[in-house]
Order: sequence, then structure tokens, then C-alpha cells
Amino acid sequence: MDAPEEHQDSSQQSVQAAASFKAFMLKNSIKSNLNLYDHLTQVLMKVMDERPQNVVDVIEDISCDVKRGLFEDKWSTLRDLPQTTAAELLAEHQRLLFARPEEADHEEELVETPLPNVSEIGFYMEQAGVSVGREEMQRVFLALKQLVESQGLQRCRLWGKILGKESSYIIAEADYREGEEEEEQINGEAAEEEEREAEAPENENEMDPLPQSTYKPPPSVPKEAIGTGTNKFLYYVCKEPGLPWVKLPTVSPAQITVARQIRKFFTGRLDAPVVSYPPFPGNEANYLRAQIARISAGTQVSPQGFYQAGEEEGDEDEEAPRDSYEVNPDFEGLPVSEMAESLSTWVHHVQHILQQGRCTWVNLAVKPGEESNEEGEAEEKEEEPDEPEPEVGPPLLTPLSQDAEMFNTPPWSSKMSSTLTSQHALAVVRSNLWPGAYAYACGKKFENIYVGWGLKYSGEGYNPPVPPLPQKEYPSGPEITEALDPTLEEEQTLQEALEEQQAAQEEMAETDEEEEDDD
Amino acid sequence: MDSNSLYYSLELVAGTGCTLNIEQKSALQTSLVILKKNYKFHRVLFWGKILGLKGDYYIAQGRGENEMKDTTNLYSFNCMDWFLLPPATHTMIEEVSKTARGRFMGDPSYVYELLEIQRQGEGDDAVEEEVVTKVNEEKRLAVTVHQIDEEVSVVPRSAFIKSPHGLVQMNRSFGGLSHSEAGKLDSFLHLSESKNLKKKSILEMADLNPAIDFLDVLSDDIPKGSWSLQFECASKVCVIRSLLWPGRTFYHVPMTPQHGYIYIGDGTKNLDLPFML
Repeated sequence: MDAPEEHQDSSQQSVQAAASFKAFMLKNSIKSNLNLYDHLTQVLMKVMDERPQNVVDVIEDISCDVKRGLFEDKWSTLRDLPQTTAAELLAEHQRLLFARPEEADHEEELVETPLPNVSEIGFYMEQAGVSVGREEMQRVFLALKQLVESQGLQRCRLWGKILGKESSYIIAEADYREGEEEEEQINGEAAEEEEREAEAPENENEMDPLPQSTYKPPPSVPKEAIGTGTNKFLYYVCKEPGLPWVKLPTVSPAQITVARQIRKFFTGRLDAPVVSYPPFPGNEANYLRAQIARISAGTQVSPQGFYQAGEEEGDEDEEAPRDSYEVNPDFEGLPVSEMAESLSTWVHHVQHILQQGRCTWVNLAVKPGEESNEEGEAEEKEEEPDEPEPEVGPPLLTPLSQDAEMFNTPPWSSKMSSTLTSQHALAVVRSNLWPGAYAYACGKKFENIYVGWGLKYSGEGYNPPVPPLPQKEYPSGPEITEALDPTLEEEQTLQEALEEQQAAQEEMAETDEEEEDDD
Repeated sequence: MDSNSLYYSLELVAGTGCTLNIEQKSALQTSLVILKKNYKFHRVLFWGKILGLKGDYYIAQGRGENEMKDTTNLYSFNCMDWFLLPPATHTMIEEVSKTARGRFMGDPSYVYELLEIQRQGEGDDAVEEEVVTKVNEEKRLAVTVHQIDEEVSVVPRSAFIKSPHGLVQMNRSFGGLSHSEAGKLDSFLHLSESKNLKKKSILEMADLNPAIDFLDVLSDDIPKGSWSLQFECASKVCVIRSLLWPGRTFYHVPMTPQHGYIYIGDGTKNLDLPFML
């Protein structure tokens, strides 16, 4: 009995010792939170898996390897938030430009498309040294196609690009459609009336009304009707090809007048305010539209003879400048060398904007009609001021050689696009007053484009206009002029004089009384 | 921009509106190689174009071992025949800034004149003396190129390194800025003698690496907002335009070492900038 029991005891003891040793081995290290037991298991498993030669020599390395393997990062519970970059967002927008159209009707191909051949224009423009980048041009081309299709435009043209501080504007020019004009006019008038109503002060209920300003603004020059003058065309802008096109509002003469006096960079946001002196009536979209009108009027040129004066129906009014032209079907094209030589072969085909801010002059002294119900102050002025001299700009299709020179700088520079192969070169003119405006002509083809900051050359430097003189507060007269204080002597003499007078009067009174008493 | 990368880098800055036509580009590829050999330049840059009323100046810049100091400017009318521009000295800069007005003519021998009346003596025996300062357009061109380089040369941070001996060289291990870095003006530096660096406080200097940050940062420029930073070419290329010298355009493709700048403009500084921001 004893022997087996002893045996059992010793075996039990050894099992216990083994268990306690295992427990010792299972104890985690304070430093690394590992235990030897697991580590050895892993090492041995590794040895069993890999069965390397001369294991005993490399056992340290294996042990190290196993330990190092534990440091590999675990699956994080935090999910990666992929950041969408601007490039990805833009690519999503531009993807739509490259969408293949569904089986278009073949009939459409017969009709003349309103879409300009932008890649051809880009090709010629590059020869002239102007470009927005070839790939960019292709994207603009596709964006124009999208615009033409979505808006159903009759005619569309790439006007150019205006750079801004934060982003640039790509500008397309389009004709107005019939029907759209009236709609727009009504909208515009309604908006104006609303504005006027909003302006009317509501201080009837107030107990103590504030003093009313006697200042009356000079009558504002009426806007030109849609489809004429500065509002002849409709303009769409977009920041990047692929982003939506935005229609610009119509321009008013006041905006053009102020735009001539200020000099501001575009920011690239259409709704940004234009902080300037004199204050600009409107936001950046209006400013952009005003600058487009000014640039168009100054720099849209065509070879002489391409357009001819339109047939004026009705009475021939001498004073009314021509405002219509049509394409001359017999135009043969001028030789390129001649076009590059002389500026008289180029003509303006957009009306000059007068000082008033309109293309056609309107007489403001004449009582404004029912259409613009001004405050009626015009009626008060019965005595008509002298009939103002009507402003007349140069007529349409005036050659560039008659342009005025400003700041001792000739307004245009012309050259040939190539000197080596002049047989196939283009004639290029560059505006010096509007840096960035170019025109080329080659045979019967010509095009204008503007790529620049949208600012006119300012010569020596820009002088902001001086604020007007402060108004007189009240008419100065004797009742409000301050008198000098009397000196002490003056006061004393005055007092003495008064006393004497009083004494004399008293005497008089006394004598009177005496006389009365006497009676 | 480096003459070796001219064929693609011109496309990246074309968003400003100006570019060269194929004839000029191919002529430059030929003539700049010859230029580099004849003048023993380390590399040649096509610097840009100054638009004149009658003709345009094309400008190339040769760089020697020191990228900042060893520069030589040359001009040409047809991109083939290059003429050396004189280095701009202080007296030249003073003369030009007094006399030159308006646009470039496009004729290097055109003379700008300034008539000054200087009074000598006092009281009644003052003698009026007429002093005529004459400057030809070649000098004006040299000064303008120098000024533009001085004021608006842009490089990405760490694209150039300065050795302890003061030698400024291109950093061959420059891998490009990251997208987020490229969107900030303070990762771009002026490649010209630093002016603001000494004024910085010790606290600001702590983060700077003397081998890389030996140049001024664009974001310290006065007035604020004299740079326009945009992403163009489908938001892939970081383009910086100077509003102080309209026409100076810098490009950098983030995550690649490609960067460079060009000037295509009329060579006049925008002194109206404070009104225009």
C-alpha cells in the first residue's frame, strides 16, 4: 500500500510542481504584458512549422521574431474616412460632359448648329499666342455644347475668360430668344418696383419724424432694352467647365458709369459684394456684366467688309446711329499681310458706349415719360435747362485706325502670327487698352477672344475719384453768426450810459410829477 | 521654366491666357540648347515674354552653379538670336525708375528721356539747370527682368537647398508638396535674397530648417492678398499668379517635383494693387 501511495504522492507532487511552474510561466510581465508560456508555445510552433536547420543556433532569433511579430498593428476599430479632394469632385462634374449622347436624329446634322467650332478657334488662337490650354479648351467646348443643348440657344459664342483671385470665369455669349425679352423685362420692372417700395420710408406712425433729406438724386439713366445696345447679348458664365452655367443679369448705365471709375480685381464668386468708391450698384455679377459690356464695345472687331450696314427700314434719321449690321455675303476676305499692316482694315462691330453709359443717347432733360415714373421732380423744373448736346459716339463699323490714343499708347498692336511661313500666317491684333483682348483673321474667318483680368490699362496709375464736397448745413446769416464778447471797458461805458439815461428819465419823471402837483 | 520641361509646362500655365505658338516653341527647343552650350550654363530657363507695342521680347535666363547668384539674362525677338542683357546695377535701377513710363516699345534702342529742372543756389541767384536723363529700352528691360525676379520668383518649400558654404542648388530629393501643403501660400518661397527672415522671432525660427528655410515665405508679403492661388487643369495643378506683377504665373504639380514659373505680360508693375483688392 505504501509504495504506490508514495509513488502517487510524488507524482502528485510533481504534477503540482509542474502546475505551479506553469502558473509561474503564465504570469504576465509587467513591462510587455506577455508571458513565457505563450511565448514558448509560439516559438515551438514556429519551429514545428518552419523546421529550420540547426534550430538550436537560431532559437534566439526565432524568439526575437515572434516577439517582434506581436508589435504589428492590430485592426483598428476606427474606419478610414476618405477625404474627397476638389479634383475628385470636379471630375465627377466633368464626367457628365463626356457622356455619349443617345442615338441622335440624323436630321439634326442638316440644320446649322449654333455650337461654334471651339477646337478650330483654339487652334487659330494658339497660333496667335492666346490659349487657355488645349485640354481646357476641349472641356470648354463640351461645356458650351451642354449649354446650347440645355438652353436651346439660337447662337452661341465663346466670349473668353476673366481671371479672378479665387477662380476664373468662362464666359459664353448668346443671342436672346424671342419671347424671352418680354418675360425678362417684366421681371426686371417688377424687381425695380419692389425695390422702390422697399425704399419708401414708413415713418407715418412715428411721433417725431426725422428730418427729411432735401437731396434729390439726379434722374437715373434708363436701362437699355433687351436686345439693343449694351444689352444686345445674353451672357452665361461658369467657373469650371462642367459646373453649371449662370446667366448674368442685364446691365444698367449706372453700373457702367461706376465700373469706369473703379478698378477692382474679380474674386471669382458671383455673389461677392463689390466694395469700392464710388459705391457700385450691385454685386460682382453686375460688375462682371458691366466689364463684359465695356470690353465688348472696345475690342470686338472684324475685318472690314465682313459686315455691312443693315438696311434701315422707315425714315432715315440722321442722328440715330446705325445699330444693325448684317453679314456681307460677297465678302471675299482680305489678304493677311494687308490686315497685319494697317488697322484701317479692321472695324468695330459693337456699338461704342457713350459717356452716359448707353449706346444710344437719351435726353434726360426731357420729362421722363410714363414708362419711368420718377418722383415727379422733373415737373417742378418748368424752365427747361438748355437742350443738352446729344452725345454721339463713332458709328458702327468704324475702322480701328480712328480709335483714340490714350496715355500715349496706340490702342492696337497688329502682327502676323508667323514670320517664317507667312504664306499661311494669321493676322493678329492685340488691344493695348484692354490687355488680354485679341482678334485674328485668316481668309473669311475671324474671331475675338478675351482672356485676362477684365481691367482696362490705366496708364500712369489709377486715381480714385475724390468724394464730393460736403453740403452746406444751413444758410449763414446775421442771426446765427457769433458776435464778439464785449470787453470790460465797453461794458462799463455801456453801464454808465444806461445809468445816465435812467437818471435823466427819473429826473424827467420827477419834474413831470412836480408839474402835475403844481396843476 | 526649365527649357527641358518647356513642352509640357507651357500647357500648365496656359490658363492665364498667354502661350507661345508652335513655331516659337520649336525654335526655343533648338536655340536654347545652343545657348546652353555656348555660354556654358548649367541649365537654361525660358523666362518669359514682355509684350511691346511694336514687338515682343523673349527672355531666357542661364543659371550657373549657384541658382540664386549666377544668373545671366538674354533677350531675343525671334526666339533664335539671343542678345545679352546688362546686369542691373543700382544706378541703372534708379535711372530707369525715374525715366521709364508707359509700355515697352519693342525697340531696344528706343530712348526714354526725362527733363528735370534742378535749382542751384538760393534766393535770387538761383540757377535753373536742366538735367536730361536718358535711358534706352535695353536697360529698362534689364531692370524690369531683375525686378520681377527679385520680387516675384516663386519656388515650393524645400525645392532648393543651401549648403553651409552658401551655395544654393536644386534639391534632387524634392518629391513635391502634398495636396494640402500646396493649397497654402506658406509652403511657397521667394527665390531671392531674404529680407524678412532676420526679423522673425526666435519662437518662429525654431521650426525652420536652415538648409531649406533660407528664403522668405509668400504669405508674409505686403499687402496681404497680392497672390492668387488656384488649382487648375482639372484641379491637378497648383497655379499661383502674382497680382503685383500681372503676368507672372507659377505652377507646381503636387506630389511631383515639377515646378516652374513664367512671365508673359507688358512688363509694368501693378501700382494700383492697394485699390484693387
